Amino acid sequence: MRPAVSALACALLVAGLAALPLFVGGYGQGVLVGLMNAVVLASAWALFSGPTKYVSLATVAFFGIGAYTVAVLTETMPFGAILAVAGAIGVAVALLVGLATLRLAGVYFVIFSFGLAELVRQIITWFETSVNRTLGRYIFIDLSATAIYWMLLALAVAVIGTRWLIERGRLGLAVHAIGDDEIVARHAGVDVTKVKLALFALSALAMTLAGAIQAPRWTYVEPSIVFNPNISFTALIMALLGGATRLWGPVFGAVPLFFFFEWLSVTMPGQFSIVLGLTFIVIVFLVPNGVLDLAEKGLRKTRGPNAGDARHV
Amino acid sequence: MFEIRGLSKRFGGLQAVKAVDFDLAEGEVVGLLGPNGSGKTTVMNLISGVFPANGGSIRLGGRRLDGLPAHRIAKEGVSRTFQLVRLAPSLSVRQNVLLSLSFGARPVSGREAERRADEALSRVGLEGVGDARVPDLNYIDQKRVELARAVATRPRLLLLDEWLAGLNPTELRAAIALVGSLRDDGATILLVEHIMEAVRALCPRSIVMRAGEKIADGPTAEVLNDRRVVEAYLGGAAHV
Repeated sequence: MRPAVSALACALLVAGLAALPLFVGGYGQGVLVGLMNAVVLASAWALFSGPTKYVSLATVAFFGIGAYTVAVLTETMPFGAILAVAGAIGVAVALLVGLATLRLAGVYFVIFSFGLAELVRQIITWFETSVNRTLGRYIFIDLSATAIYWMLLALAVAVIGTRWLIERGRLGLAVHAIGDDEIVARHAGVDVTKVKLALFALSALAMTLAGAIQAPRWTYVEPSIVFNPNISFTALIMALLGGATRLWGPVFGAVPLFFFFEWLSVTMPGQFSIVLGLTFIVIVFLVPNGVLDLAEKGLRKTRGPNAGDARHV
Repeated sequence: MFEIRGLSKRFGGLQAVKAVDFDLAEGEVVGLLGPNGSGKTTVMNLISGVFPANGGSIRLGGRRLDGLPAHRIAKEGVSRTFQLVRLAPSLSVRQNVLLSLSFGARPVSGREAERRADEALSRVGLEGVGDARVPDLNYIDQKRVELARAVATRPRLLLLDEWLAGLNPTELRAAIALVGSLRDDGATILLVEHIMEAVRALCPRSIVMRAGEKIADGPTAEVLNDRRVVEAYLGGAAHV
């Protein structure tokens, strides 16, 4: 597609998505918020973990930090300022943690990132119960579901737009090379640690803002709600289903899986975790590189072996 | 131009490189020889910053390289190939070359980078395959991509680690001619190699290592007839 046509198609898509809540009721608006949250989290996860292949289970750590910052600062300052503070905390934690851990490779990083989420949850739980003598907090910020949806839509556009910009430039070459072979990237002159850290912080910023933007919808938050590990797992599965190394992969994974998980939580609430695990296994076995990769391989078979470029969106 | 003094590296109880000294003049092509396990690749890895040295110094044009991370050493003008080909398979052939042009010494971008990448690819005999996927190339062509990535930045020092290994006789002749053309253009090259035909053709001077130590350094023909070098390659049999 020509760039002008692509830009117009994207603008029409965003305008259409922005208009959607005006045509549905309260339940529909709630579904739209959940759907856009899934798109943001899967895209933010893939922003860092997709090309670098550092599988992170820390999504919920940042999501929860965002939500809890709103809960702590509610009624102390305007919502926009609270979002800025939450984002700054998310980025600070990501930089701190990233500096210490991004040297870890493979399974060690996965375990660490999972441990980080649990650590943050336990620290907040301890602080709330020991110092504040309470577990949950109430949030009194009056924001409609539509306003929250629009903010999440803007965040999704920002995350996908950032990824698009990265993929177009020399940074895109660096992150894919890091995912393939860090030694190659280093010897080509890439400051691997700096690139990984920058991407991890960007991804964490989006996750933190996603949690902060949605916090007013819950009215009441406690660590077990906003630090639920399923948030990390579902973001990862969604990105993998679509294809984490591709620009639109996380969106293609997030939309069907969001509706599948919604249906699951209504029809089989007791077996949700079991089916979640099974879904993960099925995706890893059947479409390890995502459905977009599968579709492209099919296309290449019909067009010939050298069709297309090596790095895709 | 390039100077190594007292370079040492220890892995646990193993002294892999022991107080190695040598110099390279600008435009010189030098063979780094020795039996397996003699420390040649470790020296290459120390120069390019894969791991830090335990002692000694490495200088390029007066600037110290030892202690710098690999990406800073690349920016100082040191490029290398690896014993086993290392490329980024998710990038196209041209993008692999663009990677070093974008981040290496004197980075370039945009059309200039594309032009330089295609120039490097045509230099190694890969004209017109810039858009190909790396896994679709055969072994020798993957080696060529690696060489194109290394030479595209016009490095001050090029490290070739057994770049000629695994080639058939026809490919070997073509590869020797290719490295020879780099030498003719004035590149300074340190070449780790087991193929003596290539060493004789390309390197007027050679350095030989055994068990981490430098045991000979001089004109290649003389070095290869040196008693200690023959012993190093043939062991005790050289005496009988």
